Amino acid sequence: MNRLNALFNKKKDNLLSIYYTAGYPEVNTTLDIAEALERAGVDFLEIGFPYSDPVADGPTIQHSSEKALENGMTLTLLFEQLKDLRKRITIPILLMGYVNPIVQYGIERFCKQAAEVGVDGIIVPDLPMYEYEAMYSRYFIDNNLSNIFLVTPQTSEERIRKIDELSNSFIYLLSSSSITGGQLQVSVNIEDYYKRIKAMQLKNPAIIGFGISDDKSFKKACEYAAGAIVGSAFVKLLGTEGYLEKIQGFVKSIRF
Amino acid sequence: MKYGVNDKGYYGDFGGAYIPEMLYPNVEELREQYLKIIHDADFIAEFDQLLKDYVGRPSPLYRAKRFSEKYGANIFFKREDLNHTGSHKINNAIGQILLAIRLGKKRIIAETGAGQHGVATATVCALKGIECVVYMGEVDMERQAPNVSRMKMLGAKVVPAKSGSKTLKDATNEALRDWIGNPVDTHYIIGSVVGPYPYPDMVARFQSIISLEAKKQLLEQTGKELPEYVMACVGGGSNAMGMFYHFLNDEKVNLVAVEAAGKGVDSGHSAATTFLGREGVLHGSRTILMQTDDGQVVEPYSISAGLDYPGIGPQHAHLYKINRAQYVSITDDEALQAGLLCSQLEGIIPAIETAHALAYLEKMTFKPDDNVVICLSGRGDKDLDTYIKYFNF
Ligand SMILES: Cc1ncc(COP(=O)(O)O)c(C=O)c1O
Repeated sequence: MNRLNALFNKKKDNLLSIYYTAGYPEVNTTLDIAEALERAGVDFLEIGFPYSDPVADGPTIQHSSEKALENGMTLTLLFEQLKDLRKRITIPILLMGYVNPIVQYGIERFCKQAAEVGVDGIIVPDLPMYEYEAMYSRYFIDNNLSNIFLVTPQTSEERIRKIDELSNSFIYLLSSSSITGGQLQVSVNIEDYYKRIKAMQLKNPAIIGFGISDDKSFKKACEYAAGAIVGSAFVKLLGTEGYLEKIQGFVKSIRF
Repeated sequence: MKYGVNDKGYYGDFGGAYIPEMLYPNVEELREQYLKIIHDADFIAEFDQLLKDYVGRPSPLYRAKRFSEKYGANIFFKREDLNHTGSHKINNAIGQILLAIRLGKKRIIAETGAGQHGVATATVCALKGIECVVYMGEVDMERQAPNVSRMKMLGAKVVPAKSGSKTLKDATNEALRDWIGNPVDTHYIIGSVVGPYPYPDMVARFQSIISLEAKKQLLEQTGKELPEYVMACVGGGSNAMGMFYHFLNDEKVNLVAVEAAGKGVDSGHSAATTFLGREGVLHGSRTILMQTDDGQVVEPYSISAGLDYPGIGPQHAHLYKINRAQYVSITDDEALQAGLLCSQLEGIIPAIETAHALAYLEKMTFKPDDNVVICLSGRGDKDLDTYIKYFNF
C-alpha cells in the first residue's frame, strides 16, 4: 500500500491530477510548483522527466522538454531536487518519462531512488507490457512503486483485463488515440468506450488523461471515470510570466 | 535462422517493441499478419511481378573492371541504383504497400532522410492510388530538394519535421506521432530495418531479394556462390541487411558495414553509431544509439542525409555485438572522393550514402582472387548539388 492506494481508497471521484515537466520553465522550481499545486487542492501529481524524442507528446510538452533539457535537467538532478520531497509535499507523486533515460540510469537504481525520495508510481508510455513483465516489474514491486498503464479506445478487452491485473493503483484512460495536447474526444463511440470500461468492473479505478484542459472537459471526464489529468494546458501556464502565483487560480478554474 | 529474430521480436539483446499503448493495436496487427500475408501465394505473385516489370529486377551484378584493377580483387557492384526510383528503397516500399492493402489500410505515412524512401513510397502510392504523407526533416528538404519535388509530382504531401535536428530522426518521430493519431486506417511504411518488431524483420525480408539474386549471379559469373567479402553502407541498415541476408549463415563470408563518420568519429559531428553509441531504446526497439550519459539522443551529423541517423537497426546491433559483421566508418571527405572515383573509373555516379561503402575499399587489403560484392544502393542524381559544391565543377 502506498500513498496512491490510500488516496483511491478514500476518494472515489472528482480526482484531479496535474502533469508538468521538471526543469521547465526554470530548472530549480520543481518542488515550488508541486507545493503550489498541493496547496491549490490537487489530489496527486505527475512530474515529467524530459526526453529528447518524446513521441507520445504534442508541441507543448515537446517544447517544455526541450527547454528543460537546455536548462540542464537530468534524472540525477531531479532526484537531487526530490530529496526534500516528503518534507514539503504529502500528496502522491508519480514520475513520468520515456524508457531510454531510465535504461541509462539503470532500472534498479531508478526504482530504488524513486522509492527513497518518496515517489509512489511511475508512468513510462513506451515501456510495453511484455517488456515490463519480463524485465522490469520486479524492481517496481521490490520498491513498492505502482506502474501505470495506458488504455485507448482501441485496446482490446482481453488486454485491458491483463493491464488491470498488472496494475495496483489506477489505469490511465485516453479519450482517444492521440498524442498529448489534443482535445477531449466526445462522441457516441467514446461514450460507448467509457461505458464498456465501466461495465468491465475493473479492480483499479480509471483516470482520464490527454485532452483535459478546462473545467468543461474535466467535468465531462469525471462523469465516466474517478478523475482526470491535466497536462499540456498546465504546461502552457508555466510558460507565462509569474506562473507560480497563477497556479491557485488555474486549479480553481478547473475544479472549484 | 540463427541470426534472425525470435518469437518475442528480439535478436539477442536487441529489438522488441517499445511503443506507447496507442500504437499497440497497429503493431500487434502487423505482428500477427505479416508472415501470413507475405507467404501467401497471391502476395508473392504480385510482389515478384512488380519487382520484375515495374522495378526492373533482377538488378545486375556488375564486375567493376577498373575498380577491380585498382583494388586488386574482383569487385562486383550489386546495381540497386538501376532500380526504378534509383535505390534499393523501392523493394521495401512495394512489399509494404501490398501488405497495407491486404490489411485494408487507406492511408500511407512514411519518414524519409535522403528522400529516396519518400520517393519510393510516393511512387507505390501513386501506383496503387492511395493517399500518401511523407515526413521529412527541414534540413533534409533543403539538401535533397530534387527528391522533395519528385514526391510532390507523384502526388504525395511532404510535411517538414521542425523539431530537434530537423533530420531523419525527427521525421521518424513525426511519422510515429501521426500514426498515434490515426490508429485505424493508416499504415506506416518505415524505410529501414528499424522501429518496433516486426518492422526490422519485415523490411529485412523485403530487402533480402538483393542477396538472393547476388548469390545466384555470383555462381553464374564466378562459379562460386560465396564471395570473400560483402559490403554495404549503413544508415538504419536496410540495404546492408538485404545484402547480408542470405550470406549470414555462411560464416566464411566477411560482412562489412560502413557507417558515416561525418567530419570524423571524434569531431563531435558524426553518425558512426557503433563507435559512438551505447545500448538503449530508439524508435521502438532496443538497439545501439548515440546518446548522452543521461539518455538523451544525440543529434548526429553526416553530409549524407540517408546515413544521418543516431541509431542502427536491432539486427545490426546484434551482428555487431556478436562480431558476425564488422562495423567501420568513413568520413564525408572520403565518401565524396570515392563518389568521384566511381564516376570517373566506372561511369557510375553513386549516391553519397553508397559512396561510403565504396570508400572503405581504400582501407582493405585483398588477395587477387577475392570476390567482393558491394551493394550499390543508389544513384547520385539527388546528390549532384552536394558533389558540385564540394568539387567546384
Ligand atoms: C541510396 C541509399 N543508400 C543507403 C541509404 C541508407 O539506408 P539503409 O541503411 O536503410 O540502407 C539510403 C537512405 O536514404 C539511400 O538513399
